Amino acid sequence: MQSKRKIKCLKDQGLFDMDMQKIVDEAKKINEKYNLFVTINENPEEGFPVAIKDCICTKGLRSSAGSKILHNYIPVFDATVVKRIKEKGGSIIAKTSMDEFGFGGFSVNVGVDFKVPKNPWNPKRCCGGSSGGSGAYPAISEYPKFTIAESTGGSISSPANFCGVAGITPTYGLVSRYGLIDYANSLDKIGVISRTVKDMAYGLSIIAGHDPKDSTSLDQKAQDYTKFCREGKLRIGIPKEYFGDAVDEKIKKCVWNAIKKLESIGFEYSECSLPHTKWGVPAYYILALSEASTNLAKFCGLRYGLSSNPEDRGFNEYFSEIRAQGFGPEAKRRIILGTYARMAGYRDAFYLKALKVRTLIIEDYKKAFKEFDVLASPVMPTIAPTFEELDKMTPIQHFMADILTNPPNLAGIPHISVPCGFVNGMPVGMHLLGDHLQEGKIIQAAFIFEKKRGEIKYPRL
Amino acid sequence: MIDKKTVEHVASLARIKLTDEEIAKFSEDLSGILDAFSSLNEVDIEDVKPSFHAIEMKNVVREDKKEECLSQEEALANAEQKEDKMFKGPRAV
Repeated sequence: MQSKRKIKCLKDQGLFDMDMQKIVDEAKKINEKYNLFVTINENPEEGFPVAIKDCICTKGLRSSAGSKILHNYIPVFDATVVKRIKEKGGSIIAKTSMDEFGFGGFSVNVGVDFKVPKNPWNPKRCCGGSSGGSGAYPAISEYPKFTIAESTGGSISSPANFCGVAGITPTYGLVSRYGLIDYANSLDKIGVISRTVKDMAYGLSIIAGHDPKDSTSLDQKAQDYTKFCREGKLRIGIPKEYFGDAVDEKIKKCVWNAIKKLESIGFEYSECSLPHTKWGVPAYYILALSEASTNLAKFCGLRYGLSSNPEDRGFNEYFSEIRAQGFGPEAKRRIILGTYARMAGYRDAFYLKALKVRTLIIEDYKKAFKEFDVLASPVMPTIAPTFEELDKMTPIQHFMADILTNPPNLAGIPHISVPCGFVNGMPVGMHLLGDHLQEGKIIQAAFIFEKKRGEIKYPRL
Repeated sequence: MIDKKTVEHVASLARIKLTDEEIAKFSEDLSGILDAFSSLNEVDIEDVKPSFHAIEMKNVVREDKKEECLSQEEALANAEQKEDKMFKGPRAV
């Protein structure tokens, strides 16, 4: 790349000059301090800056899903979302840090030899996960128009919430998964994180819409979601189960203040019930890990990724050794658990039962959306935990942090985490959930709230 | 309760070689997790249909015609173990 090459770049309505070298240099400085990137693109094309979660394939740019088993994987093709961003003038600045294959809610389950990203609001605390780097980059830098993240059970809302930025997880199937290194096919959704609701909606407008390369892609045309950034009145439901004992009192208060703000500008709200909420976590993990354990079977030291000389060993021995070296502890734990849940004799007790509980959770939402446009709740039960706190938590305690994010992900309904206040100096988000394909309504609610809330003073590098 | 023997068996099905420490740790972790997950037994699921997807999906087919695909070089680009333009793997038989 030529140094100091000035380029024309689209931002909001206007065009302005942008220096790509300056953006790359800043990304390097950010990485020294916060480990937000797995790979930085040393030679980005001209265009508006975007960062992509490392589990999404970028042609010629390493895409490892944060795992040692893919540490050397350089895709020969672009994922559909990446292709569409490039076509619209976007430029890929970096691949962002994440829990290995998305296996976590705090970005601490990084692959062997990968670094844990730190929260720019307080580097002793985590960024959230699994899209940790994609959540934290817009919090520390004004450059990225938006970042691309991916959620299976809450991996967009968690980092958006903990890093004080807006993040949307679209309806399952609205955004093509072609080129995503998958975690759980029936749950994975690619989405967008940004400082503002409008830029987030702009990002979604670029990546949404049918793609024949993904057989689960919905028959939906691309549309301009920024048109929903407008005034209006919506009916808000407050699911009482989402304000339970597991959620920190200060966080509940913070979200209630946000709901009152919406009330003050004419929104009506009332309480509702989603009775199957508490089974969201076990149902989610059984399904997600069952699917993950089959998906990860393809990583075996052939064709791509980590390998060694296969000549001196047998088939199973070779695969078992490569996989033992390439997967981190959480990936191993999840593969074993998922394999167990699918085993003959256990399938009905776990997998099939979880699929039925998922039906009940979807029905809960469908009933609520007959009465309300949007459901509002907290996102995570606490503020971003410190690394010390996370170390002390058991695996099941890590899972239980997803109590508010697993149910909407299981149901495949769209949701946004929009920053709504601070607790102990750390950002807190409000979750806005909508019915299938009602992205417009939650974008509108988030936009109106953001306007009422006012600007956030972000940390500086 | 998942004992160490079960963990070893599942790990062999999943083709992951575990150390003795990992087997002991996972046996403990998985027992705790499955114990917590047994709460699913409280839910009345009689007559409830399973949802394999959250949203109704149709099976998709396309016309069986030749389309652009990766070249042999591209397909082999990420393989470290290769020979005569083929992937090289361990002996199967």
